[in-house]
Amino acid sequence: MLRFVIKRLLTAIPTLWAVLTTVFILVRVVPGDPTIAILGDQASEAARAELRDKLGLAKPILAQYVDFMSQIVQGDLGRSLSTNRPITDDVLAVLPYTIELTLASLLVGTVIGVPLGVLAAEKRDGFADWFARLFSLAGVSFPAFVSGILLLIAFAVELRWFPVISTSKPGDPWGRFVALVLPSLNLGLLMVAYVTRVTRSGMLKALGEDYVRTARAKGLPHRIVVWRHAFRNVLVPVVTVVGLYLGVLIGNAVLTEIVFNRPGIGKLIVTALNQRDYSLLQGLMVVSAFAIVVANILTDLTYGLVDPRVKTS
Amino acid sequence: MSTSAAEFRPSVLKRALRSGGLLFGIALVVVMIVAAIAAPWLAPHDPNAQDVLLVLTPPDAAHLFGTDAFGRDVLSRVLWGARISLYVGFVSTLAGVIIGTAIGVVAGYYGGIVDRLVVAATDVLLSFPQLIMGLLLVAVLGASLGNLIIAIAVTAIPAFVRLARGSTLTMRERDFVDACRTLGFSDLRIMFLHVLPNILDEIVVMASLWLASAIRTEATLAFIGLSVPPPTATWGGIVREGFDNLLDAPWMSIFPSLAILAVMIGLNLVGDGLRDATDPKGAP
Repeated sequence: MLRFVIKRLLTAIPTLWAVLTTVFILVRVVPGDPTIAILGDQASEAARAELRDKLGLAKPILAQYVDFMSQIVQGDLGRSLSTNRPITDDVLAVLPYTIELTLASLLVGTVIGVPLGVLAAEKRDGFADWFARLFSLAGVSFPAFVSGILLLIAFAVELRWFPVISTSKPGDPWGRFVALVLPSLNLGLLMVAYVTRVTRSGMLKALGEDYVRTARAKGLPHRIVVWRHAFRNVLVPVVTVVGLYLGVLIGNAVLTEIVFNRPGIGKLIVTALNQRDYSLLQGLMVVSAFAIVVANILTDLTYGLVDPRVKTS
Repeated sequence: MSTSAAEFRPSVLKRALRSGGLLFGIALVVVMIVAAIAAPWLAPHDPNAQDVLLVLTPPDAAHLFGTDAFGRDVLSRVLWGARISLYVGFVSTLAGVIIGTAIGVVAGYYGGIVDRLVVAATDVLLSFPQLIMGLLLVAVLGASLGNLIIAIAVTAIPAFVRLARGSTLTMRERDFVDACRTLGFSDLRIMFLHVLPNILDEIVVMASLWLASAIRTEATLAFIGLSVPPPTATWGGIVREGFDNLLDAPWMSIFPSLAILAVMIGLNLVGDGLRDATDPKGAP
């Protein structure tokens, strides 16, 4: 297992390098002068030159690239243009909130999605199946900000079960939990849709296999056939889809944070946009791309756990 | 798809028509397209006409969807907003499909170093969340109709490159491609007149799902404030203005949200229906 882990980590290095290079190129090669974008087209040439110097844009492009890379290797994302604070500190301050939200939604997604998918496959074309199909259609159709606003109107404005602003005070774990419920449901619904779909189609295939028939012929109880025999073989595609959609989840976490007014990477992105803070935006791009690479590694490592064949190959 | 065109079409059509979801989806999408095209005639009011005496009025007979913080008619704004949302969605998806498919077919057909470079590039581009990539591009390029289309198209390209490349790889090994080569057809002719038509059904299916995703991205960017500048109505923009007045005027965000939702459900039904119709194995 250790060798498998090390091998997987090593393959991530070229990907990370390429991702970082892409961010660097995107922010610089895109047409338009960033100093005009930041200061407006009325800015004086002197002010623009000063800003260019501050941004390091006056240096040759290769030197900028070396600076950028060497800083990132040291965990330094540079300084924010608007506040002049280290971006790494700003990101680390809110990252736990985004991670908390993403993990809670993953939990919602699997805890609802997996049983729903299994039930739908077991009783094909039955009530559970139709419900699962409708639910997953709704899940993939709702943009996260739309479902978020509708949840807010229903449960926070009308029913008043949850706070409208999901910011909790420090040292109040119950308040923090309550504030997490609606946002993680909102983000989790999307996950439920994907997980249900994959579980359902995987289970349909598995339940038709010979080994399931054999297990049934042996007289094993239905529950054991479904969960121990058929479901185990659906785990790999389920893990795949969860890993694959982690990117979608991170993108939608941004929206969920905005709608529910939660601290996190999403709100930081909006701040960066409003302040035209390009160095902060660049740092946030690096962080979110890094998160996807890490998510992919974790997905691959999970394969090794759920399917013993993966490790040996 | 291994079936030839002659036996393929009627059964696809039959299966497609049997699927109620597909028909319902098509109906929903057609209604929204008609509403967008006919917005100038359907809209009861000028979408940008302000009326300070009618600020944030709830839905009534004169204003079916109520009015916004400037006293503008929300129904008219939703109808006009459909034009921007659908236009950006269609044009950017079309651009993404054409460019992505062309690159994918060429990479898959020739293989070798070109293919490996293309695969590596798409892998890297796919490591960015679609939304975050679109967001950065619009932020850096500036929010305008053209830049919005470019940004959303760019996020669509890698997915279509990957799909077209994969399908072309399997097509390349087929006998009819060998036959074309023996006949001395040029590579370009084989790629786009012989390989492409055979992978087109998969591309169309994915395009319909991506169209939903493109419209969602546009609405999302507008919600964040990165779309065609105000006062032009866009669905995401109206939802945003409604969100800012959520406690006083929930209708303002509910009606454009329902419009977005209707298009999303319609397009997802069309995409799923087409997929089931073209791939009977995967049908539920």
